[in-house]
Amino acid sequence: MRGAKSAKWVAIAGVVALTATACGGGDSDSKGSGKVDPKGIVSYANGEPQNALQPSNTMEAYGSVVIDALFTGLVYYDKQGNITYENAESVKPDKANKVWTVKLKPGWKFHNGEAVTAKSYVDAWNWAADPANGQQNSSWYRDIVGYDDVHPAKGKAKKKAMSGLKVVDENTFTITLNSGIPYYAYKLVYKPFYPMPSAALKDPKKYGEAPVGNGPYKFKSWDHKKSIKVDAWSGYKGEDKPKNGGIDFKAYTTPQAAYNDLRSDNVDTMPLIPDSELANFKQDFGDRAIEQDFSAINTVNPAFYSKTFKDMDVKVIQGLSMAIDRDTIAKTTFAGTRESASGWVAKGVKGYKAGACGEYCKFDPKKAKQFVKDGGGVPGNKISIQYNADQPHKGWVTAVCNSITKSTGVKCVGDPKTDFQADTEVRDKKQVKAMYRSGWVLDYPFNGNFLADLYGTGVDGNKGGFSNKKFDELTKKADAAKTIDESAALYQKAEESLRDSFPGIPLWYNKTLSAHSKNVKNVVFDQAGDPVLSDIEVFEK
Amino acid sequence: MGRYVARRLLQMIPVFIGTTLLIFIMVNVLPGDPVRALWGDKPPDPTQVAQIRHDRGLDLPLWQQYLHYMGGLLQGDFGNTIAGNRPVLDEITQAFPVSMRLASMAWTFELIVGITLGVLAGIRRGRFVDNTVTLFTLLVISVPIFVVGLLCQLFFGNELGWITPTVQDSENMGQLLVPALVLGMVGLAYVARLTRTSIAENRQADYMRTAVAKGLPRQRIITRHLLRNSLIPVVTYLGTDVGALMGGAVITEGIFNVTGVGNLLFQALARREGAVIVGIVTVLVLVYLVASLIVDLLYAVLDPRIRYA
Repeated sequence: MRGAKSAKWVAIAGVVALTATACGGGDSDSKGSGKVDPKGIVSYANGEPQNALQPSNTMEAYGSVVIDALFTGLVYYDKQGNITYENAESVKPDKANKVWTVKLKPGWKFHNGEAVTAKSYVDAWNWAADPANGQQNSSWYRDIVGYDDVHPAKGKAKKKAMSGLKVVDENTFTITLNSGIPYYAYKLVYKPFYPMPSAALKDPKKYGEAPVGNGPYKFKSWDHKKSIKVDAWSGYKGEDKPKNGGIDFKAYTTPQAAYNDLRSDNVDTMPLIPDSELANFKQDFGDRAIEQDFSAINTVNPAFYSKTFKDMDVKVIQGLSMAIDRDTIAKTTFAGTRESASGWVAKGVKGYKAGACGEYCKFDPKKAKQFVKDGGGVPGNKISIQYNADQPHKGWVTAVCNSITKSTGVKCVGDPKTDFQADTEVRDKKQVKAMYRSGWVLDYPFNGNFLADLYGTGVDGNKGGFSNKKFDELTKKADAAKTIDESAALYQKAEESLRDSFPGIPLWYNKTLSAHSKNVKNVVFDQAGDPVLSDIEVFEK
Repeated sequence: MGRYVARRLLQMIPVFIGTTLLIFIMVNVLPGDPVRALWGDKPPDPTQVAQIRHDRGLDLPLWQQYLHYMGGLLQGDFGNTIAGNRPVLDEITQAFPVSMRLASMAWTFELIVGITLGVLAGIRRGRFVDNTVTLFTLLVISVPIFVVGLLCQLFFGNELGWITPTVQDSENMGQLLVPALVLGMVGLAYVARLTRTSIAENRQADYMRTAVAKGLPRQRIITRHLLRNSLIPVVTYLGTDVGALMGGAVITEGIFNVTGVGNLLFQALARREGAVIVGIVTVLVLVYLVASLIVDLLYAVLDPRIRYA
């Protein structure tokens, strides 16, 4: 549930945010006299992971944060959205971006002493791609040649290994893709691309209860629904060596409970300030409050198959977008904790460019009214915005609706579904009446992730039935580009073209809102909203 | 007596089957597919969805699923969760002791303080004690439980620092004390009011006048004659409240981060974990049934005129 759940979760981003990060996160508060204890344990307010702790089977936030502490993948990215090498020495494509050669840094080991080799990667991925092993993230290997044999659309695996994965020598392997993807290295950041030791594949069940990774922390214990404990691992070869002695992931049932514990220093940090505390968390924590950019975006999207939006002139959608007073709603409903969006790509990812949406994302009631009128208006002069009522969306949906009605005279109502499950079901079945609220957190920090994966014709993430030839062509071109930078630039063009087709109305960029206790310093969250655990320092008691 | 108990126990079987079937159907009617929900708002993988549905038997017709479920239940197998594929029995055996501890503490609190207040108020009807108790119980009943809970948490936890704001270890009785008091608060008010009314009424009864005329000690009149006869409605309430305290503690458990049954049930509902919901409800139904049987048997103890054949 990385998406919607974590959309209201947390994290940071772009170059601009760097400064904010530095002061928001940390030292400004360090109590001068406080000495740091390198063996100190950080407690983090988490919840019970949904699944057993296997990297290829973990996508929701509670499990993800633990997996990321235990594992280090091939690559990661820096705050500018550029690839950094972790377990890999290099990840290089051929000219067509089709065959990628991965070279590993030698000498890395798993926590159980087994060497991390090319085989550890290839075997783990092949195992996870097999539907019989029930790994939720297996579709992440779909770009690799031979994926369809291992993971056919129906039925059992025809082969046990993807032909596109080849072990060259102990520290080298190649990945052959179905078609060239210039930014493929970005995808390798994600959890299903972590390596697993051979013991994991022999007894996956046991492994899921006590995972063995190659990351900065070593698994210690999992007391279900109470806490997961990990220790700093002395054999770690990576750059991000822990500055603390370990992490205690405490399971909380509600963010509110965690918040109250945080206030009393019973827990050191948490991923998300509950909405009810947005207005006063800065007061409660002073300079221990954390506010950072986060690569996620909120939109309301028309359902292009619905009676309301079928055959609608794009001018009307542009008009509706101009009718929304984003700044005021961000200030009032969100207590200033969101930032108005000016395009379809979230801040802090490679290829982000402000202002892609142009004038259509600026509040202009007069023009809005004119545009809606020129476009022939809305059938029945009424629209609705679907949302899930189990999370606090009602407030802003009402505000957006009021803004639309006030500016254009189009009646607008909220269309609540009882909870997130009911909401997604309606979206999956394509039964949305007019518009629905949506949110997207980056999978990998590249603008294509916010464009092709959401608005391409027929792609899985495209829930509104949007289809535009020009956009599809532009994204295809971007995917065929030679280099990452070229691809990102072409994707920017594709984003700009959305101005004329408007697949969704951008609303706000999210922010990470968190705080930390008096026991720790240096608490920073990354672009995806995850805490940088290894950097946290604990004061001596 | 023995035959009565046997008959009651036999009656439990249809009640048991009926409730589980109803819950089973209701969970299935809810919108939202638990397997699809594993992917959140990310696009699900159809092959994997089909695989999981098949593994868990979710692709069978509902009646077959129910038969499978009941068949497993008879062998003590509650099935597995959809997320994580863990045995439901593990989840239940982890949550129930916690809730049982919390509920029994709350219940004891209700029982002792509630009846004491009720007796005091009933005996001195219209006097200062009575007015105070009436006012206090009115206050408790009218203030929602989460307000009381949050206030206790903020005051004792964050301001005074007497307790940790949330329960750090759900097995620790000391830490469960405050949540238990909060949980038992509303029940306490009802017990006090029921007792008060009942006592006040029975005080006018003939047997009371006789007892007083006989010159029995006051203590004995109140405990043996007055209280015993006045407790029937209170016992009924306390009996059904056992089940309510176990399953209905969602709010209190949420505020104080207690990982009990209420919490488990709430999360299972949000995730549409049919096996977990039916499993918990099954156990709760048993708790209710046993509690109401005990209540009925207690009637006979309290009032010997009530006899069971």
